[in-house]
Amino acid sequence: MKYTDEYRDPVTARRLIDKITARATRPIQIMEFCGGHTHAIMRYGIRQTLAPHVRMLSGPGCPVCVTADTDIDYAIALAHLPSVTVATFGDMLRVPGTRASLQQAKADGADVRMVYSALDALEMARQNPARSVVMLGIGFETTAPTIAASLVQAREMGLRNYYVHCMHKLTPPAMRAILDAGEVRVDAVLGPGHVTAITGWRAWEFLPRDYHISCAVSGFEPLDILQAVYLLVDAVETGEAQVANPYARGVDADGNKVAQQLMEQVFQVTAAAWRGMGEIPASGLGLRPEFAAHDARLAFDVPLPEAAPTPQHRACRCGDVLRGVIEPSECPLFGKACTPARPVGPCMVSGEGSCAAHYRYGGTLDG
Amino acid sequence: MRPTIAMGVPWMDNKITMAHGSGGLLAHELVEQVFIKHLGNPTLSALEDASNIELADARGQLLGQPVMTTDSYVVSPIFFPGGDIGRLSICGTVNDLSMRGARPLYLTAGFVLQEGLPLEELERVVASMAATAQEAGVRIVAGDTKVVERGSADKLFINTAGIGLVPPGVQVSASRARPGDVVLLSGTVGDHGLAIMTQREGLRFTSPIRSDCAPLNGLVADMLATCPDIHVLRDPTRGGLATTLNELADQSAVGIAVDERSVPIHESVRAASELLGLDPLYVANEGKLIAIVATDDAERVLAAMRQHPLGREAARIGRIVEEHPRRVVLNTILGTHRLLDMLTGEQLPRIC
Amino acid sequence: MCLAIPLRVQRIDGALAEVELGGVTKTVSLVLTPDAKEGDYVLVHTGFAISVLDEQEAQETLALFAELEEASRAVEEQAESDEGQAPEA
Repeated sequence: MKYTDEYRDPVTARRLIDKITARATRPIQIMEFCGGHTHAIMRYGIRQTLAPHVRMLSGPGCPVCVTADTDIDYAIALAHLPSVTVATFGDMLRVPGTRASLQQAKADGADVRMVYSALDALEMARQNPARSVVMLGIGFETTAPTIAASLVQAREMGLRNYYVHCMHKLTPPAMRAILDAGEVRVDAVLGPGHVTAITGWRAWEFLPRDYHISCAVSGFEPLDILQAVYLLVDAVETGEAQVANPYARGVDADGNKVAQQLMEQVFQVTAAAWRGMGEIPASGLGLRPEFAAHDARLAFDVPLPEAAPTPQHRACRCGDVLRGVIEPSECPLFGKACTPARPVGPCMVSGEGSCAAHYRYGGTLDG
Repeated sequence: MRPTIAMGVPWMDNKITMAHGSGGLLAHELVEQVFIKHLGNPTLSALEDASNIELADARGQLLGQPVMTTDSYVVSPIFFPGGDIGRLSICGTVNDLSMRGARPLYLTAGFVLQEGLPLEELERVVASMAATAQEAGVRIVAGDTKVVERGSADKLFINTAGIGLVPPGVQVSASRARPGDVVLLSGTVGDHGLAIMTQREGLRFTSPIRSDCAPLNGLVADMLATCPDIHVLRDPTRGGLATTLNELADQSAVGIAVDERSVPIHESVRAASELLGLDPLYVANEGKLIAIVATDDAERVLAAMRQHPLGREAARIGRIVEEHPRRVVLNTILGTHRLLDMLTGEQLPRIC
Repeated sequence: MCLAIPLRVQRIDGALAEVELGGVTKTVSLVLTPDAKEGDYVLVHTGFAISVLDEQEAQETLALFAELEEASRAVEEQAESDEGQAPEA
């Protein structure tokens, strides 16, 4: 398959791994901010292979992991309203709110449907004029433009029964929050390739400028990741800080202007509640007043979620895992009360969650 | 095995959810904690694809080695590329019997029909069952029908039970894998599950993927003719190849090493999986089998498989090892290693 | 996050396109990449093309990998001849 197989060649992978391990003179900690990277790194066994020369840290890049549990509660409350259908991406179905997940709510009779695209939710609204379809807007800068596009289209079509419960988050503020907190040593950042396709790589210039940390924009095939890791290790060893773009086939300096313009048209930047991290100013998106007619927060008679999310289970340490402060195995619930079959926190629910990835792919091989 | 104590979050455990039906860990736990708990007996608790039963004459002389099994079919949509619920209901039960090395003989068929089901659709399903039964050489000897109100069943559900005879000298069981054995796979994986998924509403894609739904008793008979001492046979249905290998690793208390590169997957299945963010190793198959054989028998059995129309793409995919008992480890396409865990709930398409 | 897969644009119909990968075809929106043309490869995320892949950049990356392979092999061969390995008879 073109643009895929060529970036999975095992011989080149071995070469890159050897280069990385030869270049690193001391353990280097690289944080990735993308659930897709967590998943790929685990799936291809990259994490184990690069240790101990390179330690891959997982940051808060899994959108379902960082969605406030009270936001999920709100979605469930909407789904229980008799005329409402909640449309959601599959990732979100099993994530627990403070009491239940959307899947659990579905078992209880709430109308929750899985979609693959905001376009599906739009179509659902078009075909069912008597129902209110609420699309759950989760995801970072990659997904937000698609939701924005659906809202513009809804307005053009005069589709009054299409709404969005906007929970989108922005990556750079999350990165800053982690780095400013100083809880974990981050030597370099593996840049999220598809977020960067939208934002452009200039969006990461603040990392070398304000933190003297390099960022290499990485795609999701194993050779993309290994090449980006090598560039970062090299930069750390030489003491330089810069933004590199080895994913040049998909990403450029300024990003997707059309997508950015659509986001600007539909969304405004707001403070947002990040599960496990509390509220971060100017880190999320909300609908602009011009789109108020499609804003799920305004349309329904359900109490809005509280600003500050509360931890769902007292011993749950997802917040610390999300900030890279502890490894999943250091959480007292990991593998005991909290497993992929019975997840307590979102890091275990989502396939890209750090804990789920650790449990599935990493566990027993370490010992 | 894995910890199954559910501490601290009771609300997730008091209702059945779709995750319990996906063949993964939750489904297994449901079986252990509800069904085996009340119904358990040595035969049932062995959790084989088909169970050994004893039939004896008046003098107490055992008559052959009969095996029995049952399965219910609830797939939606009921017609899909490459098959339908009727064909599936025959193949599934024929295959469960075949996975014990048995020659399938007789099936029963019970139907739960939803009010409003078009007769023409019912007839298509039943005709398909007849054709598949003939293909497999089995006879349907008993049946039942019930009708339920609109909304109680998704068009129709079918249950089939089957009985077969294991030839003398054949002892196929999920607990017989031994270190040094070779793991063989009869063909491509992911076809059935992806064929069903492509029919889901709103997917907006067309694909050439067809269900692999097929009766495997002919293939199994050829394999046993070449090598009566096949240790293990199992068809990787719900939960896919990965889940089934985990079950076998657990039941035989051995480790399994799988070579990712050697697992055959059709290009369109790979493409569709990439698009949906699914892993074909966890997707259901309905016309494939895993065979675990002694290392000296591997070449011979593989050759016999490749001679049969349902085994043309058969491949050696792994080995049984002493290391990491009860765990399956994947040698990835990159040459690195990682754990290949069992499916826990449902595998959901992801955006991330 | 961000599952986005490279697919080839087969046909364009207004703001929608038929894209293909491995024999599977899908309808996606080109609203975010209005400049995409037939024959282009696009990254598709949740039913929308988000970026048109640059073939030349892709080739350059692959060329880098090929160079890496050559360089590594050269080093290996050098190491072998240093050790005085005799060729097989």
